[in-house]
Amino acid sequence: MCLRNLVHSALCLAVSLVGLALVYLGLGAEFIGWIQILVYVGAVSILIVFAILLTRGAEAPPGRVTVAPWSGLSVALAVFITLAWTVIKSKVLAGFAGNSPGGYTLAVKEIGGKLVTEYVLPLQVMGLLLTAALIGAVIIALHERKGWK
Amino acid sequence: MNPLHQYLLLSALLFSVGLAGALTRRHAILVLVGVELMLNAANLNFLAFWRYGPNPEALTGVMFVIFAIAVAAAEAAVGLALIISIYRHLRTSNVDEVDRLKG
Repeated sequence: MCLRNLVHSALCLAVSLVGLALVYLGLGAEFIGWIQILVYVGAVSILIVFAILLTRGAEAPPGRVTVAPWSGLSVALAVFITLAWTVIKSKVLAGFAGNSPGGYTLAVKEIGGKLVTEYVLPLQVMGLLLTAALIGAVIIALHERKGWK
Repeated sequence: MNPLHQYLLLSALLFSVGLAGALTRRHAILVLVGVELMLNAANLNFLAFWRYGPNPEALTGVMFVIFAIAVAAAEAAVGLALIISIYRHLRTSNVDEVDRLKG
């Protein structure tokens, strides 16, 4: 049931993220779909493959690749059943049924305009966060040598 | 069952698959992959509610997804750097064997 080869797992993650990007395109959010392909398929999946190659290589360790599979799977199944039951039975969602998605197309120009006017402070904070996270990641993963500070 | 329900059920399925991966796999990178899948399920929810909600011109869901993707990318970078650092120190990336606080 589980893939033992880690590189295969990472490539399957890339395939499923491409599928999710297609769902975004179907929802009418073309910009988000292409962002998804660029960031997740292009960057995060490749980063995961690099991390796999930098740690142990592709082969799984001998022995089981999962820990306590049945309890974990039953928890996930219970969560799915609860969520699905809530979605199907919800009275709030039934109110959304009248809204049709037609008649509105998302323009990238609009997103850009919103980003530099209404959401400019979150955009700046995001830039700061990304810079801090990347510097932190480099410092954490830096190879330590003797006598080096 | 309208399309919004279908998108929300797909999102719930994605979240559950990610949760199952994060709870059952032993390799730290695959736990991180499960977390990424759960984040993507949340993004799908935001976009579905933006599309079928009452006021799509406000672009609230789209903005939330853009910022969530950026935060998730930063989280993946830091998480993978931590995994590489743990591997250098302890020579393992099995989350069961990383059980002491003293390096």
